[in-house]
Amino acid sequence: MLPAARATLMAALDAGWADPRRLYAEGRSARTLLDQAREVLAQGLGARPAEVSFLPSGPAALRTGLEGLRYAGRRRGARMVATAVEHSAILTTGRYHAAAAQDPSLFAEVPVDALGRVNLSALEQAVAEGGTVLAAVQSANGEIGTRQPLEQAHALCRTHGIPLLVDAMASLGRDPITEHFDVLAGDARSWGGPSGLGVLVVPERTRWRRPGPISDVEHGRTDVEPVVALALAAAEAWRQTEANRMDQSTLSSATIRRLRAAAHDLPDVDVVGDPDDRLPHVLTFSLLYVDGEALVIELDRRGFAVGSGSACTSSTLKPSHVLAAMGVLTHGNVRVTLPLSPIAPTLDDGVSRFIAELPDAVAAVRAHLGASDL
Amino acid sequence: MNPASDLVDPIEVDARGLRCPLPVIRLAEAARDAPAGTWIVVLASDPAARHDIPAWCRMRNHELREMTEVAEMTEVSDSSRADVAPTEGDHPAYLRFVVLIRPQR
Repeated sequence: MLPAARATLMAALDAGWADPRRLYAEGRSARTLLDQAREVLAQGLGARPAEVSFLPSGPAALRTGLEGLRYAGRRRGARMVATAVEHSAILTTGRYHAAAAQDPSLFAEVPVDALGRVNLSALEQAVAEGGTVLAAVQSANGEIGTRQPLEQAHALCRTHGIPLLVDAMASLGRDPITEHFDVLAGDARSWGGPSGLGVLVVPERTRWRRPGPISDVEHGRTDVEPVVALALAAAEAWRQTEANRMDQSTLSSATIRRLRAAAHDLPDVDVVGDPDDRLPHVLTFSLLYVDGEALVIELDRRGFAVGSGSACTSSTLKPSHVLAAMGVLTHGNVRVTLPLSPIAPTLDDGVSRFIAELPDAVAAVRAHLGASDL
Repeated sequence: MNPASDLVDPIEVDARGLRCPLPVIRLAEAARDAPAGTWIVVLASDPAARHDIPAWCRMRNHELREMTEVAEMTEVSDSSRADVAPTEGDHPAYLRFVVLIRPQR
């Protein structure tokens, strides 16, 4: 979280603690603060305040966005389309509905190329099929960084009258705002806000309806009251991050280029994702003969926190569905996500040390498996 | 092109029961001293092998000739391995890969 967002959160716990639905002074003041936060984010997202709802997390917003489009389209059908690299909140929900109806055709997963980019003609074929009620395409993949061609995806969905659900969890605060969506979901963490706040944007033109009883919370799009202090902190983080986004993007891109060059220099490496049309702050690579879990632990011991999509680092012992869909090496996977500069002012030093120590860390893990001379 | 059933003296790498990245390491060990034209048959039950053995072939410029799912523990050449527990869920009991070693640059 950005330091300014943290300060806002702490102050807001005092000022905005009351239930915004109550009529006493503290309640009204909490309502005013919540409305202000909504206005800031709506303006930033190019939406009206009534189109923006706060949910308990990005994935919750995404799943709610999906269910509302599905329910609104129930008279036309129940078939959903998503890229094979969507967030698991989309994929598990889609597979669940198909399995519950005992009809695998109700959820189509559209393949991606080796860079992780959706195959547009396969997407068009999928949305053209009868009974389709929505398509889900992410703005960019947070695991590999590759951006998706949203403009083309939205155009072809529109041609077939299919609403497009966009998962912008990886790109908000890092990339320019997109206008190519019919429903959009995001997570405050991606722009330096707090955990525990998702945003759901449902423009007035979109046919959307939440299944279940009618709710008066957040324009009827959830039944969970948002935490006012979290919304305020998210709005403050948005202000700061958007004001510096261009500089931040230039800085992150330069750092990722350094890291990418260092990764390429490692022996037997698969550097993953589009080299150019990508998020500015993410780098992923996979190393032959490396146990991903051992490498994450080795790097952690040296003071570096990295992610991994390797099977051994996941609770299910299955490799990342994103890496698998791309056909790249899944073992020995390392994912570097750069924090925003105000969160990590000494990032450059850390990156230099990481680049210096990475070859040694990789060699140590390979040697441990007796794989030094393969 | 040889059909995989007519392989000439293939090297067999039985990596069933081994977790990633060990199946790929066993394959690479077998390939290290093998001359170009050698056939290697790999058996692996780890779910990552489905993606990682093809990726190894691509990265090392060898040829993956075949990948077959073997649903049950048939064709077990080493009977001591027949007790290897199959992996859970929707994965087959194991996968059988046929790899052709190519000349290295």
